Amino acid sequence: MSATESPHRALGLTDFEYDLIVEKLGRDPNGVELAIFSLMWSEHCGYKHSRKLLGQLPTEGPRVVMGPGENAGAVSVGDGSLACAFKVESHNHPSAVEPFQGAATGVGGILRDIFAIGARPIAVLDSLRFGELEHSARSRYLLEHAVAGIGHYGNSIGVPTVGGEIYFEAPYEQNCLINVLCVGLIEQDKLIRSAAAGVGNVVVLFGARTGRDGIGGASVLASAELGEGDESKRPTVQIGDPFEENKVMHCSLELLDKGLLVALQDLGAAGLTSSASEMASKGEVGLDIDVRRVPLREADMEPFEIMISESQERMLCVVEPQRLDEVLAVCERWEVHGTAIGEVTDTRTLRVFDAGELVGEMPVTALVDDCPVYDLEPAEPASQMYPASDPVIGAGLEQGATLLAMIGSGNLSSRRWVYEQYDQIVGSRTVRRPAQADAAVLLLEPDAKQSEGPRPALAISIDGNGRRVACDPYRGAVEAVLECSANLACVGAEPLGLTNCLNFGNPEKPHIAWQLSRAVAGLADVCRSLSVPVVGGNVSLYNEGGGGPIFPTPVVGMVGELPDARTAGRIGFRDEGEVVALVAAPSWKPSLAGSELAKLRGEAPAGALPTVDVGEIGALHTAVRQAVRTGSLSSAHDVADGGLAVALAECCLSSGLGARLELPTHEDPEALLFGESPGAFVVSGSSRAVRDLGEYAEILGEVGGPNLKLRGHGIDLTVRVDALELTHGEALPSLLQ
Amino acid sequence: MNFGVIRFPGSCDETDALLAARRVGDARLLWHTDRDLTGIDAIIIPGGFSYGDYLRVGAIARFSPVMAEVERFAGHGGLVLGICNGFQVLCEAGLLPGALLPNTSLRFTCRQVELEVTKSRSRWTSACEPSELLSIPAKHQAGRYWAPDPVLDEIEEGGQVALRYVPGNNFNGSSRDIAGVCNRAGNVMGLMPHPEHAVDELTGSADGLKLFESALAMALA
Repeated sequence: MSATESPHRALGLTDFEYDLIVEKLGRDPNGVELAIFSLMWSEHCGYKHSRKLLGQLPTEGPRVVMGPGENAGAVSVGDGSLACAFKVESHNHPSAVEPFQGAATGVGGILRDIFAIGARPIAVLDSLRFGELEHSARSRYLLEHAVAGIGHYGNSIGVPTVGGEIYFEAPYEQNCLINVLCVGLIEQDKLIRSAAAGVGNVVVLFGARTGRDGIGGASVLASAELGEGDESKRPTVQIGDPFEENKVMHCSLELLDKGLLVALQDLGAAGLTSSASEMASKGEVGLDIDVRRVPLREADMEPFEIMISESQERMLCVVEPQRLDEVLAVCERWEVHGTAIGEVTDTRTLRVFDAGELVGEMPVTALVDDCPVYDLEPAEPASQMYPASDPVIGAGLEQGATLLAMIGSGNLSSRRWVYEQYDQIVGSRTVRRPAQADAAVLLLEPDAKQSEGPRPALAISIDGNGRRVACDPYRGAVEAVLECSANLACVGAEPLGLTNCLNFGNPEKPHIAWQLSRAVAGLADVCRSLSVPVVGGNVSLYNEGGGGPIFPTPVVGMVGELPDARTAGRIGFRDEGEVVALVAAPSWKPSLAGSELAKLRGEAPAGALPTVDVGEIGALHTAVRQAVRTGSLSSAHDVADGGLAVALAECCLSSGLGARLELPTHEDPEALLFGESPGAFVVSGSSRAVRDLGEYAEILGEVGGPNLKLRGHGIDLTVRVDALELTHGEALPSLLQ
Repeated sequence: MNFGVIRFPGSCDETDALLAARRVGDARLLWHTDRDLTGIDAIIIPGGFSYGDYLRVGAIARFSPVMAEVERFAGHGGLVLGICNGFQVLCEAGLLPGALLPNTSLRFTCRQVELEVTKSRSRWTSACEPSELLSIPAKHQAGRYWAPDPVLDEIEEGGQVALRYVPGNNFNGSSRDIAGVCNRAGNVMGLMPHPEHAVDELTGSADGLKLFESALAMALA
């Protein structure tokens, strides 16, 4: 802070916002109050630049049990007695500064959101973005440490990491993205909310002791662009302790199971400040907190530090006084420092005491509801905003060599090096592990008693191709949702709900505001068309480093349900001699604009993405889903990044089997092979099973032989499957050496 | 038959072990401070990161109150199975020979592995045929079985090697491809792969059930 800079500016508040605080309080805030306001009114907590836009998203549907606003959303699953809670959240800036702890605490934070509503976490998926590995030691470092951090936390707490996606693109060089999705299950009648209630009830903090880590994480780190000298911000990154979280999780679930809590809330961004304010706001009550009762790591912490510390693995709950001893006994059993630190009042104010002395007093509505909300000033850029990448593939390269080069590139290479570092199976629910199917498939009930008869399951997919959104924010966002829906169709699952994380640059810049508003409009429209409600999510703005903004990256997580996991689809072919078919919407029109091939040829992300008929594609997804559910198909895989040739190669890679196929005549053979557009699948099975798909299916040939062999008008591609395996499998490990 | 599955703070796979054991008998959780093993016919020490494993893996769990009872139980011939972290705890406790070192890759790895059942004294593989192959997942960061060569010679000759990784499957760098060992009496066994995660074809394999069935056969014998 420079000598002349006023304290509120150093904390990220504008002069206008400061004056508003003075008006709300009727006086100047003291240091404790200013620190608290600066966090509650940060972009991270207050959604100042996104709140208006988010109102466009459809949030209601027959299966929605809990919508946006709580720690996580939830939809009804199974026979209706269970709810599936899920949410995706970002931990981008912390990970860009300290990838291991940033990613680890990203997992920890989203897990707490899930068990804060009472649900037992059953799966984690993550969506990661880094710069190009070939050119960047920094990106290799970020990838290695972020993956290790995710594994460290998820593996140690006993929640499986069952899927995810990674893209490597230059605009993420300085500002990597770490988005983590967590899914949990709970009996619907046990869902708990975060609204504090009952004047005179006790506020109990449990979990880790509070320290000086993560001071100002939400305001200093998450709500500003990254810049030079960000290493100095490392102390704003929290340190994760999965062992503590394991205990806190079991303790929370036991407290809820015994019916001992009135309300529960995790401590995330802005720590005690945010949790206490949110609980009081939702319950329309006041809270008194005495910071001196908080178990500390360092005894000399200032009241404002205790209020805003982002120390991990902490939970806040509201308890009736007569239940307090029982609650503290459960905390004692799990060794998690349960401590009564305050009480619920009827004052509608948040009062902070230091050993009984009042050190801060703020109306709850001023903290939570009066945060100013800004209108965006979107302006479409006159020309595309992102530079071309270095060419890797020459235009004259023969088709087989092009395919090999593509599946050996960063974005399309095997993710085995990554997912093998994650426990994918703890919990005994994982029916489809990473790379076996387009979506993760998890049993609703892992119990042996259920092993006869249908085995209902959940399916989860996460997706978001920033390159496509950079070409066209509206259509790119639509494609992200369609991709998730297609992935679910491939395992036989019907979408129930959606969560999203909107990763964008600085929204105060008109071109970023344009990307954001167009992408949200796209999400809103496609969710309405498909009748998939948005039950929660997260916004991460100011994702810019010295090299400019990231690709606009709405990451979409979708949860679906299938009646019987025994017929869940797979990517890989199964038997030689089975028929392979292309299943496409009538309007499917693959093009090279914004495609992986265009990128690898050194083209900037530009050009018109294909227009799509969402209704037609929704009907196609329904047809594929129904076919998979009958169990008659041997494989189902959607045509996505890299186009039809890459999708077929992936079916070979997942099975070790080749195929001999004749592709339909197309005016642009290259676009047919490598072009991208929503609305197509590759399936295999008996010819009868494939014919059941009716007009959508076009038989291409059959499974068999050591090669993937494609013929057709202008098409002559032959690649050995073992060559595919070698190139695909070795690419990522060799890029990291 | 009654299985007891120990839960330490930081255990991860205790529920999976409980569900797997219940496929062949009854099973209940034991808390790390429990001292009463009445009615328990076999004990499973599950996988996870007991006490965070922030010291050496298994080093703290070995001193928990329940472990004193497990040692007494094992000394009387009771069936004890340590899986992954449980194997590490049993080695730390001296109930099994050898030690588990960090994988040669220094990375956590989760992978389905092929195991070969060795002719051994282990009661936990008694329902398997010698040389039978089992497909079971492994997932750990410190699973490299190690012992001094004379000890390795001794346990090989004494029929204490119960499972080996099939060539190409020993990703952690274990000495002599050893995946599982037992004590001289055969009632205590430890292994790094997770048989409790291989009890249902739908989730990948049911080969791990053989270990639980072996215990049942022993208890009924």
